[in-house]
Amino acid sequence: MFQSLQQRRWLLVCLWVLIVAAIVAAPAILPVFRLNLLGRFLSLAIVALGIDLIWGFTGLLSLGQGIFFALGGYAAAMYLQLSNAGDLPNGIPEFFGLYGVKELPFFWHPFASPWFTLVAIWLIPGVLAGVLGGLVFRNRIKGVYFSILTQAALLVFYNFFNGQQKLINGTNGLQTPATKLFGQYVGSDLMQRWFFWVTAVVVILIWALLRWVVRGRFGDVLIAIRDDEPRLRFAGYNPTLFKTLVFGLAGALAGIGGALYTVQSGSASPQFMEVPMSIDMVIWVAVGGRGTLVGAILGAVVINFAKSLVSEALPESWLFIQGGLFILVVTALPEGVIGWFRGEGPGNWLNRLGYCLNILGNWLIRWGNALIRQSTAFPWLNSLGINTLGNWLIGWGHALNSVGIVRRIGTYPRLELEGQVEVQP
Amino acid sequence: MRSALLELRQITVSFDGFLALRDLNLSLQPGELRAVIGPNGAGKTTFLDVITGKTAPTDGDVVFKGRSLLGRPEHRIARLGIGRKFQSPRVFEKLSVQENLALAVSRPKQPWSLLFQRLTAGQRDQVHHLMSIVNLQNRADWAAGSLSHGQKQWLEIAMLVGQDPDLLLVDEPVAGLTDEETDLTADLLKSLAGDHTVLVIEHDMEFIRRLESPVTVLHQGHVLCEGTMDQVQADPRVIEVYLGTSEEENG
Repeated sequence: MFQSLQQRRWLLVCLWVLIVAAIVAAPAILPVFRLNLLGRFLSLAIVALGIDLIWGFTGLLSLGQGIFFALGGYAAAMYLQLSNAGDLPNGIPEFFGLYGVKELPFFWHPFASPWFTLVAIWLIPGVLAGVLGGLVFRNRIKGVYFSILTQAALLVFYNFFNGQQKLINGTNGLQTPATKLFGQYVGSDLMQRWFFWVTAVVVILIWALLRWVVRGRFGDVLIAIRDDEPRLRFAGYNPTLFKTLVFGLAGALAGIGGALYTVQSGSASPQFMEVPMSIDMVIWVAVGGRGTLVGAILGAVVINFAKSLVSEALPESWLFIQGGLFILVVTALPEGVIGWFRGEGPGNWLNRLGYCLNILGNWLIRWGNALIRQSTAFPWLNSLGINTLGNWLIGWGHALNSVGIVRRIGTYPRLELEGQVEVQP
Repeated sequence: MRSALLELRQITVSFDGFLALRDLNLSLQPGELRAVIGPNGAGKTTFLDVITGKTAPTDGDVVFKGRSLLGRPEHRIARLGIGRKFQSPRVFEKLSVQENLALAVSRPKQPWSLLFQRLTAGQRDQVHHLMSIVNLQNRADWAAGSLSHGQKQWLEIAMLVGQDPDLLLVDEPVAGLTDEETDLTADLLKSLAGDHTVLVIEHDMEFIRRLESPVTVLHQGHVLCEGTMDQVQADPRVIEVYLGTSEEENG
């Protein structure tokens, strides 16, 4: 058990070294176009981390994370629009002119402050998620009803944002590339490189934060909520409070992801709140591995990279590939890819491999024996080297058998290896 | 007479007109060990649901340490000092034995204290002590889901004790246990009484006899009779409900 733990730790360390090396090397290797894509996908990974926290650990499947993602994005875009509006007519963002709006709507004013915006990016979606979640959880709505409610909320927000031309430019959204930050255009290569760095650091910081959250007793309570919430109440815990907190935290993370995504993709628009987008977010986590933080990050980054590569080569085919991937994960790897590696997956495969080797080995031995019998019955066959061939087959058969047995022993339950005795209470 | 720890006053529970409990009165003294028996459908589990806040009674009052429990959510009732073990063992299967017990002994059970505080040395000792009582020290890091049925029963009892409630409600603790395990469970429950008040619901008459405690018989949501095991078994009404009522009486 100790050994296998050590092995896994080494695997994890290697994985992390690879990830950090990839992030550090990326700006040097990747053209700015790809680097910008990686930066966007890393911001989506932040959203995925939040979904992993509420779904993978706490068992709350939210199909409405797009709401919080969009709110974070809009907050960032509003600040950028305002900070560049000084030299424009009326001193307000250009799009207002299209609708004849002369005065800035009241809720835009605070976003002139960078500090307010930095806080609003995560606080507004976080508090909204906490309030919405708290109302739902108080009434003990869970499971599929919770998922349906979140999706309904998503549609409400989507339609509302789409219709508000005079407040937030409706369906067109707010564009950022032509705005300036620190005297540079947000869409410039230099700024995009910086955004990539910021995103990479934020992903790692949030990963570390969530790891701390889920590793301790707080995380144990989350898992207990997922497995048997009513039982937890009788142990004196209030699941509503915990669920509200983590749902708020996931909302805040979605907001941070949305803000970073917006500055790298160039616009915040109601499309962030389309239904497929929020479902995609869930799929990243499912494929990467529910309940494994690294799985959520890898799922978001790898699937999105695959999506952009496949879409370049074979447009139209991505939806089929994504659907197939999801079906494959649901049926064959219910714990996701990383979950499969951490669980019994590799052991089971080694076990099966060993089993096949054993069958092959026994089969070779049988054939070898048969050949030797034939060669003793018909001495003339001997001269053809049949006897040697038989011995050779038997030798290989035994070798395969040994490998197979070693493979299988390596995967036996730990109990036998440690020589523990079954204890009865 | 000391004041009762728990008092049920004329509890009635109606599910769409079906009376699961009717005019049920029961009181438990501090430190008492009490067994509750009754045929299937007598309302034994509903009776625990009412005490722990899972089901609201249609009528009547539940008083614990002089305070009414009505309208309080489950977790607050649990924090007041009522622990419950379920009929089929319910432990948190993905958590290890140690983590299960750590959740039980943690105090206060608030998010921030769970995030920012570690278990105190005393609480860690308590976890180890509980594991040694139920003989699960070697299983400390095992997922609770991989334990045998009997071990899960015992883990759940240990979690209950770790919660340190004044009143333990134990629903069928020996269902599916071997004879030897049943005897050990009876000894454990007897040793808990005194410091704690224990209420045991069970079908197994031999087990009830071993508890050497007063017995309350429930029938159709009502207390049929109370007394020692021998008195109860000799009561003609009890024999009747266990052997079946005659047609005329059912009407």
